[in-house]
Amino acid sequence: MKRVGRYTISLETAPKIAGYASVVGKKEKEGPLGNEFDRSYKDTSLGESSWEKAESRLQKEAVEIALKKACINAKDVDIIFAGDLLNQCISSTFGLRSLNIPFLGQYGACSTMAQTLALAALFVESGTARIAAAVTSSHFCSAERQFRLPLEYGGQRPPTAQWTATASGSVIVVPQTTVIAQEQVKTKSSKETDSLEKTPVITEVCIGKITDMGIKDANNMGAAMAPAAAQTILDYLSDTHTTPSDYDLIVTGDLGYVGSNLLLQLMEQEGVDVSKVHNDCGKMLFDRKKQDVHAGGSGCGCSASVLCSKLLNDIKSGKLNDILFVATGALMSTTSSQQGESIPSIAHLVRLKGI
Amino acid sequence: MKMTKDVYGKMAKQASPPSTFVKNSVMAFLFGGAICTIGQGILEGYLMLGMDVKNARAAVSITLIGLAAILTAFKVYDNIAKIAGAGTLVPITGFSNSIVSPAMEFKSEGHVLGLSAKMFIISGPVLVYGIVSSIIYGIILYIISLF
Repeated sequence: MKRVGRYTISLETAPKIAGYASVVGKKEKEGPLGNEFDRSYKDTSLGESSWEKAESRLQKEAVEIALKKACINAKDVDIIFAGDLLNQCISSTFGLRSLNIPFLGQYGACSTMAQTLALAALFVESGTARIAAAVTSSHFCSAERQFRLPLEYGGQRPPTAQWTATASGSVIVVPQTTVIAQEQVKTKSSKETDSLEKTPVITEVCIGKITDMGIKDANNMGAAMAPAAAQTILDYLSDTHTTPSDYDLIVTGDLGYVGSNLLLQLMEQEGVDVSKVHNDCGKMLFDRKKQDVHAGGSGCGCSASVLCSKLLNDIKSGKLNDILFVATGALMSTTSSQQGESIPSIAHLVRLKGI
Repeated sequence: MKMTKDVYGKMAKQASPPSTFVKNSVMAFLFGGAICTIGQGILEGYLMLGMDVKNARAAVSITLIGLAAILTAFKVYDNIAKIAGAGTLVPITGFSNSIVSPAMEFKSEGHVLGLSAKMFIISGPVLVYGIVSSIIYGIILYIISLF
């Protein structure tokens, strides 16, 4: 592990992702990535008595499936980094309390997936953990009642508002040298079919700085977060002396349509053209025309579920080889918004490669 | 980045699509008008049943509040309101929805601290400022009547 430039940390052993999983709700399943998820629920309450319980279960199941796919037992995991949007991160603490894994709660708003993944990778890289897990979740209904209005309230959402994803994504990180049972089974049984399958590894992380360009509208978080994403990407490119064309994809967290547009403009003004390789999890998760999501998806679960389905699937299949995953978060609360404060934002970057 | 807050604020405003003003206004007019017409119809009905005007008017309000509460409970009201906007918000039906929807939402926190305490989170301010302004209006009216 060494620092590159001012902000970037290079992981020389490139820890690998041994397993990952995504669990989503009905609307996400009906979206363009519907077939990529590991599990989905038609009933957004998951049969639970509260939305908070439903979200907790999303998170627990995402971890359980990811562990199962990695052929790892929960008792062997050295640390789990988890976070969500609810006050005191209750989806994480209540969802994961039965797993008996050393736990560090994280809050990075919608950037939490990159934050937890970066920490898991750093812990494995440094040898602090042999197996580290990262998980985040969000739930449309639990987020609405905490941040906005009751579900059945008859209001209109402005066109810049984004739709909180009901989803969770989890990643299990181990050293590259660890041979997991799954691979042993594979090499014995189906050498030919799986010989082309690649392993996703984490080679660099770049922790973002809090950026605030004075946007106050809590219904326009894409605009608030775009400068944070631009700043982190610029810092990373400058640290590593690379250009956007060196990557197959630069995927931002959940800027949605408004924020993505602004990101491209901000980057262009800095003389960097990312338009050819840029996409956004908030744009990928839902079908804007059919699904009435206004400016796209958002929430911790948005970037988490897109990463733990489409993105990692594509790295495994070789469609993507080298991507920058830049999850973005708006770090305000209902209190700060009501007191008229602007929205501080953050973006963390994780570079993922298929080897 | 070289960007200043002012410049970015303008950039963000330009990149953010505004609400569809004309469409929203037309929908509010049509739905709001329809609710008032239904109210008038109900009033005529009560009058035909032999109720006096004063009681019939109160009964119309009660009926509309009840209908909106039922539609909210069946999770229909918000779907209409998404299209109707101010058309369903401004009439008394909107008031009903603003009380029933938090009551439903916060039931999971119990009947005392959840349902009943949170019932007025949206309509509470309307009640406070409605009552305050009616008091001020009453005082002004009283002073005028002295001369």
